[in-house]
Amino acid sequence: MHHASNHKITSIEQAVSKYVSNGAHLSIGGFTINRNPMAAVHEIIRQGIRNLHVYAHSNGQGLDQLIGAGCVSRLEIAYSGNGRFAPTCLCFKRAVLERTIQVEDYTNFQMALRFLAGAMGVPFLPTYSSLGTDIVEKWGFPDQIRLDEPKLASKKLVVMDNPFSRDHETEKLVLVPAIHPDVTIIHAQKADATGCTRIEGLSFADIDQAKAARHVIVTCDHLVSENELRKDSGANHLPAFCVDAVVHIPHGAYPTACFNEYDYDAVFLEQYQQAAGNDDTLDPFFQTYIHSPADHAEFVAMAAQNRLESIRANPVTGYADRMKRGA
Amino acid sequence: MTYTLKEMMALAAARQIRNQDIVFCGTGISMVAAMAAKHIHAPDATIFFETGAIDSCLKDLPLAVSDPRVMHRASMFCSLADSFGFMQNRKTGQNIVGIVGAAQIDPYGNLNSTSIGDYHAPTARFPGSGGACDVACFVNNNIVFMKLEKRKFVPTLSYRTSPGWLDGYDSRKKAGLPGSGPSMVITDMGILGFDRVTRRMKLDYLYEGITADAVQERISFDIDLSSARPFKPPTPEELNVLRETIDPEKLILN
Repeated sequence: MHHASNHKITSIEQAVSKYVSNGAHLSIGGFTINRNPMAAVHEIIRQGIRNLHVYAHSNGQGLDQLIGAGCVSRLEIAYSGNGRFAPTCLCFKRAVLERTIQVEDYTNFQMALRFLAGAMGVPFLPTYSSLGTDIVEKWGFPDQIRLDEPKLASKKLVVMDNPFSRDHETEKLVLVPAIHPDVTIIHAQKADATGCTRIEGLSFADIDQAKAARHVIVTCDHLVSENELRKDSGANHLPAFCVDAVVHIPHGAYPTACFNEYDYDAVFLEQYQQAAGNDDTLDPFFQTYIHSPADHAEFVAMAAQNRLESIRANPVTGYADRMKRGA
Repeated sequence: MTYTLKEMMALAAARQIRNQDIVFCGTGISMVAAMAAKHIHAPDATIFFETGAIDSCLKDLPLAVSDPRVMHRASMFCSLADSFGFMQNRKTGQNIVGIVGAAQIDPYGNLNSTSIGDYHAPTARFPGSGGACDVACFVNNNIVFMKLEKRKFVPTLSYRTSPGWLDGYDSRKKAGLPGSGPSMVITDMGILGFDRVTRRMKLDYLYEGITADAVQERISFDIDLSSARPFKPPTPEELNVLRETIDPEKLILN
């Protein structure tokens, strides 16, 4: 058991200002409309952090808001849609077309392997994925960026022959470089004061994203005792020594879903979609929902209005199976 | 019996799924197809998602592959890396059916879901590969979903996101790709296949009341129409499952 001095509980203001600086290399947990660390995303936007380099597989809502608020300058990404809510996320699309961000495209498996390589401490992992495609041929970042930025891999990827091939067989593989974010931020259902973390439902690539990072911020719906997490150790995902800051924020993933806790808020996600198409509507939206509320709880109350009860997860299914999602 | 072409499309895909298949399911109409197959003729088919939900028992239609509805009574949860690993694993990879969509397709079934125009200064931008390129690289039975439109069926792609049969003949194998190019393209007017030798797109099936010429009119390159045959229209039972059980709120089949 750890002593009180090991406790990592802090506020979201302090965690973000300590670990997310201008130009930081960032990854966030979750997948499209599920378990994005939204309270932390809002805090990054409130603190006006700029020039982030973001590593993403399919990070959806949180990533699109960071782009919309002008926090991101470079992005390595596999997928920028948001399920039925956005075939292509609108702020991402605008930023690419207006060339306000630089983008490098990978596949979801490649991004998962890149985080895994970072978590394992190896420089790359091989895959057959993307042979014969423009993911291999077309690189997004100018060479100069790779030279100037020591945190970046020297190449987007490398195609090589399998060094274990027998005889004259040639077999090609794509090597994808490891990712080492300065900071990874995830939202979990449960964590304790030392940083031990438990995710319920799908963990996506959160665990490798966290293990690959220099610093990790965990926001959680429930701050629980060490004893509670140690009763079922097999269900835990991150040990205390991987985590730098723990922030207790109920509904910290809202308006995205958090299994066993709450569903996504289809109405609010649609409101975002209506606002995200241009800055004239997005700026007041951010003003109302991100800059004005005193804290995340006030934001949730304002955004969800009378829907908090209807998005509450049914303990049997883990989601709000009676929630109306159609028009 | 009246039905929409979207309903026909979903059922055309559902009918391809066999009871022993492991189905890798994407967002949207492919989820409707997989759910329909399990309710109609393939109750033991295994549905899994790149997000890591294995053998989901879908009760309510998910609106994304990360929707908590994909987690309902899954046999297990794994990571993204594990999930894609099942596709190329030598033991399990052979049995996996992929279903993917895209913004554009070329005569050899290569897909673009990234951008149009110069990659560095595009005139249109789409979400990117997601898991689609991974599926297209690994599985032997990949089904593509596309609405027939001239701007979607194009002779050359601005960006080749996911490999089909590459440049035809044995070019895919030569490139070192495991798995096969797409087995079929399910559209809103009929089903397209690929010639066994040249691997060029051809028309295999036409939905009720649709002519081969009408299909060709919506494709910006010439395809072989000579082997087109009629496709069985939806049965009342199939439509009933779609409308009453799977998408009563018309979230996808709108």
